[in-house]
Amino acid sequence: MRGTGRALRKNPNLLAGTVILTIMALIAIITVTPGARLVARYDPQALAVVHRLEQPSASHWFGTDRLGRDIYARTLHGAKVSLVVAVSVALSVTVIGMTIGITVGYNRTADNLVMRVMDGMMSFPTLVLALALVATLGSSLFNVVLVICIVDTPGMTRVVRGVVLSLRERSYVESARAIGASMPRVLFRHIAPNTLAPVIIQASVFFAGAILTEAALGFLGVGTPEYIPSWGNIISAGREYVTINFWISFFPGLFLALTVLAANLVGDGLRDVLDPRLRGAT
Amino acid sequence: MTTATNASTVTPVKADVTSGQPLLAVEGLKVHFPVNRGFILQRTVGHVKAVDGIGFSLKHGETLGLVGESGSGKTTAGRAILQLTKPTAGKVTFEGQELTTMKPDAIRKMRRRMGIVFQDPYGSLNPRMTAGNIVGEPLIVHRLFTSKAEYREKVAELLQVVGLSPAMANRYPHEFSGGQRQRLGVARALAARPSLIVLDEPVSALDVSIQAQVINLLQDLQEQFNLAYIFIAHDLSVVRHISDRVAVMYLGKIVEIATRDEIYKNPLHPYTKALLSAVPAPDPVLERKRERIVLKGDIPSPLNPPSGCVFHTRCPIAIDDCKGDVPPLREVGPEHWVACIRV
Repeated sequence: MRGTGRALRKNPNLLAGTVILTIMALIAIITVTPGARLVARYDPQALAVVHRLEQPSASHWFGTDRLGRDIYARTLHGAKVSLVVAVSVALSVTVIGMTIGITVGYNRTADNLVMRVMDGMMSFPTLVLALALVATLGSSLFNVVLVICIVDTPGMTRVVRGVVLSLRERSYVESARAIGASMPRVLFRHIAPNTLAPVIIQASVFFAGAILTEAALGFLGVGTPEYIPSWGNIISAGREYVTINFWISFFPGLFLALTVLAANLVGDGLRDVLDPRLRGAT
Repeated sequence: MTTATNASTVTPVKADVTSGQPLLAVEGLKVHFPVNRGFILQRTVGHVKAVDGIGFSLKHGETLGLVGESGSGKTTAGRAILQLTKPTAGKVTFEGQELTTMKPDAIRKMRRRMGIVFQDPYGSLNPRMTAGNIVGEPLIVHRLFTSKAEYREKVAELLQVVGLSPAMANRYPHEFSGGQRQRLGVARALAARPSLIVLDEPVSALDVSIQAQVINLLQDLQEQFNLAYIFIAHDLSVVRHISDRVAVMYLGKIVEIATRDEIYKNPLHPYTKALLSAVPAPDPVLERKRERIVLKGDIPSPLNPPSGCVFHTRCPIAIDDCKGDVPPLREVGPEHWVACIRV
């Protein structure tokens, strides 16, 4: 994209968010390569009951949990699951939500039916619905992503449809029809780009929300299995010790909070960068 | 001079001198919007008769002014002629082809030949497209160029024609002023070389000084490209300046249509008279003597229009007979048609 560097310099929030997300992504990537040993000395699964519940120290930077596992190693390895969930959810929900939202918003024939189904899905509390679905489907990484996508899609669809409903009455959309533009052209050139601002914000909210939902599912014991560390299940494992051994939940929680914050900063910054009106005149 | 007559409307269709055919002929055009009540089981409880049987014709290079107060259906009429709003009934013959029965694909191709300029210069340009692409989009849609260089050249030419610098092609709409934006709108309407442009209040959102510039531009372009205009407006002095003929609309119907000079000097319909009496005179002496016809009340609801002549509820000269039959447009002088039984 042209002017990326300039955009980053002009928008410190976007820069900060991008830096944090990049670091998190690098951590996630390096933990699946043999290089994992370089950043985290210990195996995230290695049990050392002798060293259980140790405070943060030179050898265990973030301390150890009740089975003597190194929290630092587990937190770094946990980035992988959390980010994979967040990225897959944000992307899938955006694509699905935009497709359905634009379709029913512009071509109103199926609108009532589709939106009532969406309303039905939204009337369940998110976590209860996710819990029920994971319990039925079984807990695996893929199912967690799938379930979060299912519970988030109505929200995105609703946002997109609402924007499309207002856009289709704008005179530039009528102007596009008046010059003989085909329906795909009207949708992709005139409507879709103008839905981007709210969609990006919504996507960054869902990105952050997916990490939290994954963590909540982990916390409730139906998320990713315990042998795959994720921020959610590390925090969950530390909950019994929060008052006396706070570090178990604190450090993965800190990473989680930073990532969520970064996602929101990037979403906010991206919206500004993609809007020609805010791009900075000439 | 031919006249088409049907039961409720008499349509003046004027023959084109050169081809024997008008560029555009509108007959009995109606646009009724259904009004629905009920949440799941919707039922139609009535129709808003936005346009209720209008007819006129237009020659190449001619300008028809379409005037009337808010809610008279002039904008809807413009949209319906271009098939942007589907007409409920009636015929629109453009360049010898009947548009109302055309398939959507065929209409898309016909759109090359007809353009529209919108009232709002802020809402009518896509904020995420550059000026160059806004102006050039019709060329892309109708594949009117063979190379990228030719495309850029044509866009630059269009910008120049409407008085903008080709160097502005990479700017976004928000970087332009209202008048410049309207010029972009005109360039876009002009791009595919149409023969008819519907101008939907093209200057009413602009400052008076800018209005004059845009009007002059429109007149220059008309001469240059032999364009026919349907000029929709409520500003009667602007209409007088630009139109060859003027049609006055009231509640979805044309109540009077005549040549410009005829209608301004010799208005016959009481509504036209009232409308013209509202135009202030620039001369203070004349202005003091000006007789003002003030109509009582508001325009009635098009959902439930009055019987007979739709104007009888506010007409200063109405008689009982006006409530009976719908008065047909009849020719009372050369090219002067009025829908009033008292004239």
